Amino acid sequence: MKKKIALFTSVLVIFALLFFCLQALLVPKYMDKSKEGNLIGEYYANAGNNDVVFVGDCEVYENFSPITLWEEYGITSYIRGSAQQLIWQSYYLMEETFRYETPKVMVFNVLSMKYDTPKSTGDQDEREAYNRMTLDGMRWSSSKWNSIQASMTEQEREKEAQFSYLLPLLRFHDRWSQLTADDFTYWFHRLQVSDNGYLMQTGIKPAGDDYWEPPLADYSFGENSWYYLDKMVELCESKGTELVLIKAPALSPIWHDAWDEQIAAYAKEKGLKYINMLEYQEEMGIDWSVDTYDAGKHLNVYGAEKAARWFGDYLQKECGVADRRNDPQLSALWTKKTEAYNDRKALLESKKSEEIS
Amino acid sequence: MQITSISYLLFAAAVLLGYFLLPKKVRWMYLLASSLFFYLMAGVEYLGFLVLTVLSTYVGGRLMERNLSKQERYLAENKDSLSREEKKACKNRIKIKNRLILAAILVLNFGILGACKLGNDYSLWMLGLPFGISFYMFQSMGYLVDIYRGTDKAERNFFKLALFASYFPQLIQGPISKHSVLAPQLTAGKGFDGKAFSFGIQRMLWGFFKKLVIADRIAAAVVILRGPEYTGVGFFLLTLFYAVQIYADFTGGIDMVIGLSQALGITLPENFVRPYFSKNIAEYWRRWHISLGEWMKSYIFYPISVSSPMLKLSKAARTKLGNFGKRLPVYAASVATWAVTGIWHGLTPNFLLWGMMNCFVIVVSEELNPLYEKFHNRLGFKEKKWYGGFEILRMFLLMNLIRVVDWFPDVGQYFSRMGSLFTTFNFHVLWDGTLMKLGLTALDYGILAFGIATMFSVSLFEETKGSIRERLYTRPVLRYALFVALLLIVLLMGSYGIGYDAGNFIYNRF
Repeated sequence: MKKKIALFTSVLVIFALLFFCLQALLVPKYMDKSKEGNLIGEYYANAGNNDVVFVGDCEVYENFSPITLWEEYGITSYIRGSAQQLIWQSYYLMEETFRYETPKVMVFNVLSMKYDTPKSTGDQDEREAYNRMTLDGMRWSSSKWNSIQASMTEQEREKEAQFSYLLPLLRFHDRWSQLTADDFTYWFHRLQVSDNGYLMQTGIKPAGDDYWEPPLADYSFGENSWYYLDKMVELCESKGTELVLIKAPALSPIWHDAWDEQIAAYAKEKGLKYINMLEYQEEMGIDWSVDTYDAGKHLNVYGAEKAARWFGDYLQKECGVADRRNDPQLSALWTKKTEAYNDRKALLESKKSEEIS
Repeated sequence: MQITSISYLLFAAAVLLGYFLLPKKVRWMYLLASSLFFYLMAGVEYLGFLVLTVLSTYVGGRLMERNLSKQERYLAENKDSLSREEKKACKNRIKIKNRLILAAILVLNFGILGACKLGNDYSLWMLGLPFGISFYMFQSMGYLVDIYRGTDKAERNFFKLALFASYFPQLIQGPISKHSVLAPQLTAGKGFDGKAFSFGIQRMLWGFFKKLVIADRIAAAVVILRGPEYTGVGFFLLTLFYAVQIYADFTGGIDMVIGLSQALGITLPENFVRPYFSKNIAEYWRRWHISLGEWMKSYIFYPISVSSPMLKLSKAARTKLGNFGKRLPVYAASVATWAVTGIWHGLTPNFLLWGMMNCFVIVVSEELNPLYEKFHNRLGFKEKKWYGGFEILRMFLLMNLIRVVDWFPDVGQYFSRMGSLFTTFNFHVLWDGTLMKLGLTALDYGILAFGIATMFSVSLFEETKGSIRERLYTRPVLRYALFVALLLIVLLMGSYGIGYDAGNFIYNRF
C-alpha cells in the first residue's frame, strides 16, 4: 500500500512539474512586443515600501515616472497599471496591493470609468488580449479570481474562459506550433521591462492641433463603473489610505467636460481630491510637440518626468507624503533603481539615434 | 454543463469524492441529488418532462404490479374452486387491464417525445429538445414493459426509480440500461474499488482524447465538405471524415459516461465493440449503439414479430411462399423496427431513408446468404486473412455511405451526391490544395493522423489480444507513464477553449 501511495504521489508531482514547465513555455512572454503584458507581474518583487501606488490604464504607466518622484521628492511609488485596465480590474489590483503593503496614497486614473461592462470594451480578441495583460500577471488570490469573474462576458463565461486565466495553459495549449526563440530564452525568467511599473518611451511624435471624436448619445457613466468607484472609496477608507482621483495628462481619448463634471461632483460628495491634470498642462510644462511619443495619446519619458515633477509637489504639499531619502536602506534600493532607469533611458535614446541616423 | 467542460469535471470530481465519503446507505440519495442538480444545470424548464415520465412510470408500474399481485392472491386463495377456464379468464382480465395501463403511459410518454422531436426538428418548439429525453424515456418505458411482461419487479420507492431514470452520466447519450441490471447497482452503495476507480478514470481520459483530439478537430472539415461543391472524391472524403468524427465523438462520450460510472463502482452496458471491424451488417449492428439495438429488438421488433397479425401473416405466407414466407414476418418486423429507429434519430425524411437503407441491406444480405456460402465454399478463401480484411473494408465503406445521409435532410441531394461517386472522378482534390480549404491546417492533419493511428492501434490490439488496461494493470509504472502522456496529449492537442467551437456531442441531438 505504501508503495502504491508513493508511486501515485510521484506521478502527481511529475505531472504538476510537467504542467508547470509546459505552461511556462507556452504562455506569451511579452518581451519583444506588447511589453505591457509584463507590468502587473513585476510588482511582487517591488512591493512593500511604496508610499504612493498608482492604479489605472496606460495613462498611468506611461505618464508618470516613479524614479523622478524619488529623485525630486524622495517619494516611493509604484504604478499598477496595464493596457486598457478596466475599473473593476483596478479595484481588485488595489485590493491585492493591500495584501502586500498599505500605501499612504492610492492614485486612481478615472479614464476607465467610461467602460461600464466587459462587453463595452471592444471586440472579443482585443478584449481578451487586454484582459490577459492585466489578469495573467496577477498571482493566485481571491482578488485575481474576482477580477477574472468581473471581466468575463456572457460568451466567455459559456466557454469557461475564466479557468484559463487561472491556468493559462488551457488557453495557450496550442501555441506550441508558434513558439519562437524568445519563448525558450524567457522560459523561466523575464527581463524587467518597467521602472516600478513605468513603461518608458523615448520616441517623439508631436500631437496635432485638433482632436475630434464623434459625440456620445449619453455621457453618463454606467452603474457598474460607479459601483466599483464606490468600492475603491470604501476599501481605501477601511485601510486608512487616501484615495486621489486623477485624470492623467493625455489629449486622446478626449476627456469630455460632462465626464469631468461627474467626477468632480462625486469627489466633492465623497470628500476626495480630484485633479484633472489636463488643466495644469502649462504648470507642468508639457509641450505636446516633444513630450508625447504617439501624437498626444501618451507622454514620452520627457513628458512623464514633467508630470511626475508636478504631481510629486502636489503629493507632498496636499497629501503629506514623506520624503524618504534619509532612509539608508530605501536610499540604496532606489539608487539602484535610478541607475537602471538611467541606463534604460540611455539605451533607448541611443537606439532612437541609430534609427534616425 | 457540457461533459467536456471544466465545470463537468469539477462536478464529477465532487460527486466521486462525496460518494465515497458518505455512508453506503445514503449514497444513492447523493447520486439522485447530484443527478437532479446536473439536470437543473441543463435548464430548469426541462425538469417537468423528467418528473412527468418518472411519475407516470412509477404509478403505472405500481398499478400493474398491484393487479398482478391481486391476481396471484385470488388464484392462490381459490386454487381448488376455480376451473381452468375461470383461471384463464381471470388472467386475461388482468392482462387487459395492465395492457391498458401500459398503453396509456406509453402513449403519454412517446407522445411527449414525438411532440418534442417534431417541435425541435421543425423549430416549432421554443424550448428545444428536453435534455436527455430519449435516453431516460427509453429506459423508463423499457422498465414498464418488463413489469408488464413479468420479467421485472416494480420499484416501490419513487426516489429510487427517479434515480434510475435520471442517473446523470447516461442522461447525455446513453447507454440505455435495463432496470433489473442498473437499479440494484445504483442503490447498492458499493465500497471503493481501486482497480475499478483507476480503470474508470483511464477510460474517461481515453474518451476525452477521442472527443477533443479527433472528433472536435475533424468537425470543421465535415461541415465544409457537406457543401454542394464537394462531389465525387470530395463526397467520398465526407463519408470518411464523418465516419471518423461520429465514431470518435460517440464512443468518446460513451467512454466518459461508462468511465465515470466505473469509477463509482457502477457497471454500465457496453455500447460499442469496435464496430468498424465488422464483416457484415448484422455484426455491425451488434457492435454499434448496442443498447439502442437491444432496446429496439426487445420492445419493438419482438412484440411486432409475435403480434397476432404477424402470426397470421406468417401462417399464410408459409403456405404460399415456402421458406421465404417463413422469413417474411421477420422482415416485416424489421422494416417497422428500422422505420422507428430512423424516425427516432430525426423526423426528417433522411433519417427514415437511413433506417430503410439499413433494413434493405440486412434483408438482402440475409436472402443472398446461401448464394454467398456457395460462392465462398467453391473458391475456398472465406477463412483467408486477406478476405477478412476485404469484408471489413467493404462493410466500412458501405456503412459510411449509409451513415452520411444524416447530413442531407433533402434526400434528393444525397442521391445526387452519391451518384457523383460514379460520375465525377476528381482525384485532383487530393493534391490541388482543396484539403487545405477544409478548415484544417497541415498541423491539424498531422494531429488527426496521430490521433486516428493511436485510436486504430488500440482498437486493433483490443480486437485481437484483449484489454490493454488489464495488461497494463500489472505494470503500474508504465501505466502511470502512459496516463500522464495521454493527459498531456489531450491538454496540448485537444480542440477546446476560446478559438475552438468544440461541438456538443452529436448524439445529444437525438
